[in-house]
Amino acid sequence: MSTPTDARAGPGTRPGIARRLAIWLHPRQGLQLRLLLAGPLGWLAIAYLGALAILLLNAFWEKDAFTGRVEPFAWTLNAFRDLFGHEVYRTVAVRTLIMAVLVTLTDALLAFPIAYYMARIATPRVRAMLVIAVLMPLWAAYLVKVYAWRTILQGNGFMEWALSPFGVESPGLDEIANSWLVLSYLWLPYMILPIYAGLERIPNSLLEASADLGAKAGATFRRVILPLVFPAFVAGSIFTFSLTLGDYITPDLVSDAKFIGNVIYDNSSLGNLPLAAAYSLLPIGIMTVYLLIARRLGAFDSL
Amino acid sequence: MTPEASRPPTRGEASSAVAAVRLEGLVKRFGDAGTGAGAGTGAGDTSGSASADTVLAVAGIDLDIADGEFFSMLGPSGSGKTTTLRMIAGFELPTAGRILLHGEDVTDRPPFERDVNTVFQDYALFPHMSVADNVAYGLVVRKVPGPERQARVADALRMVRLEGYDRRRPGQLSGGQRQRVALARALVNRPRVLLLDEPLGALDLKLREEMQIELKAIQQAVGITFVYVTHDQQEALTMSDRLAVFNRGRIEQVGTPADVYERPATRFVAGFVGTSNLLSGETARAIVGGSGTFTVRPEKIRLAEPDSQPAPDEASAMGTIREVVYLGPDTRYIVALDAGGELVVTQQNIATSSMEALSAKGRTVRLTWKRQHNLPVGEE
Repeated sequence: MSTPTDARAGPGTRPGIARRLAIWLHPRQGLQLRLLLAGPLGWLAIAYLGALAILLLNAFWEKDAFTGRVEPFAWTLNAFRDLFGHEVYRTVAVRTLIMAVLVTLTDALLAFPIAYYMARIATPRVRAMLVIAVLMPLWAAYLVKVYAWRTILQGNGFMEWALSPFGVESPGLDEIANSWLVLSYLWLPYMILPIYAGLERIPNSLLEASADLGAKAGATFRRVILPLVFPAFVAGSIFTFSLTLGDYITPDLVSDAKFIGNVIYDNSSLGNLPLAAAYSLLPIGIMTVYLLIARRLGAFDSL
Repeated sequence: MTPEASRPPTRGEASSAVAAVRLEGLVKRFGDAGTGAGAGTGAGDTSGSASADTVLAVAGIDLDIADGEFFSMLGPSGSGKTTTLRMIAGFELPTAGRILLHGEDVTDRPPFERDVNTVFQDYALFPHMSVADNVAYGLVVRKVPGPERQARVADALRMVRLEGYDRRRPGQLSGGQRQRVALARALVNRPRVLLLDEPLGALDLKLREEMQIELKAIQQAVGITFVYVTHDQQEALTMSDRLAVFNRGRIEQVGTPADVYERPATRFVAGFVGTSNLLSGETARAIVGGSGTFTVRPEKIRLAEPDSQPAPDEASAMGTIREVVYLGPDTRYIVALDAGGELVVTQQNIATSSMEALSAKGRTVRLTWKRQHNLPVGEE
């Protein structure tokens, strides 16, 4: 590193090596960019795309029926034949998709009033506190939160204690509704934050103009606020939808219904890696389509 | 009140004795009642606030604006003019006082229950709607039937000379075009009063001067009462039938442009509307020959040779040219008076070149002006 005194060095003194390098690099902007990005892009290419590529290849490789070993470069479509041949894989896929949609809608409904209050009503002090309150759960470990829900939901848990006076039994740890409840809780902050940012970007004068032109609160909401904040909803849904689509721990811990992730996990640990790989292409495909639609709806401008 | 349909057309209604807008003892104090909403309206540094936390933006205003009038509220930023406009529109609720529109008390009514429309300083066009949808907005939410709506939108766009732009988005328009859309969007509702909050503030000088003429023409064509907020005294003098000069949340003077320019009621008005050329105390006694404060408009003063004789109906003063500012069509001379104080003199450059004008610096001159242009100014 060159020191600040270098900058004031007279023309006679010879600049240090770091300074000479900086001077040499100055007109070579393309090279600067490449040096800067080489590390992170290399990491992405190897660790992320590389892993994905191997996964993709696995889906087309043969698994030896006797040894259970995957034979690299032994091309076959057996994994896909298995997937399409058994009804259960379709059921699990549809169940996971419906859950992802339900969690997304639930979070959208819960997030909007909170985000609206934060962005447009709360005083700066309250707003700061609410932002912290929304972010706080993200600081806690995922497993801790899910186990907390287990203790709430299980027999003799909080839920049973709260519901028994009304003659309602504890949901136990079998119900698929538990997954809906816990996943909605887990991903809610990811929905609140983009909507909050989206609402904050709407200038007050637009709402005043709407009222000025004769619109009551409901009409202003439908015609001005909702259309303007819709891309933020889509942005939030990218998180809630994809995180639900890929989750397998929560369904495993709070219910007995299997999701796509559970099937992939079970198969990869039991050794049918080609099947797991083939099945994992489904959520990847769904998310690709989802992201393309989200981009058309302007969601990426809201992130 | 049914704002649409049942009302007769507004055109040429300017007769009734009932004021279009009447403000009675209007007061707005920000920071009361703990509402964060509505802060930041440009009423920042108003002095005279009662405590550290509250800001007295409007400190008691009584005003009558006649039907069909082009009325301006002129004042520096923080003088309470925008807050007053926002209270008429219904965006702010007054701390005290009443607002009457055509005799009807609307003080506590929400904006959508008032027969006024606003042209916002930042235009406040809906970015997700086309120009036509923006203009149609007021008609849509008031459920004006489709065919009538389309006809009125087309009329409004024609009036602001934006035919053929209806499918564009606000983001694709220039500042001047957005300004016209905002105007059309307000006028299409045929309000009885149109409120304009520094609508030309964001335009460049040339466009602003064109729009001034156009706005005035539109106002005369539709006959709607315009209440126009501006900090530009030139604009207020050019366009208004009458204007009110605001300072520190109060009105200093209400009158026609000629009244306000030629007979400023207070020292502040004399300074804010035009150049402050004040003669007071000993200087006034020596030059004008009377006690009190007087103002002389800079264009009324003539530069003459030191040994020339003033006419009997003329006042005169000796001085030295301290500074010369060449303005193109005019030159401004700042003259230090021998009797104390300074006067600004503007002369048209009819036969003067810039060289001649600038070389006048340091010269001793005699200033002369007709005695009738000595305007007495009330003390604050």
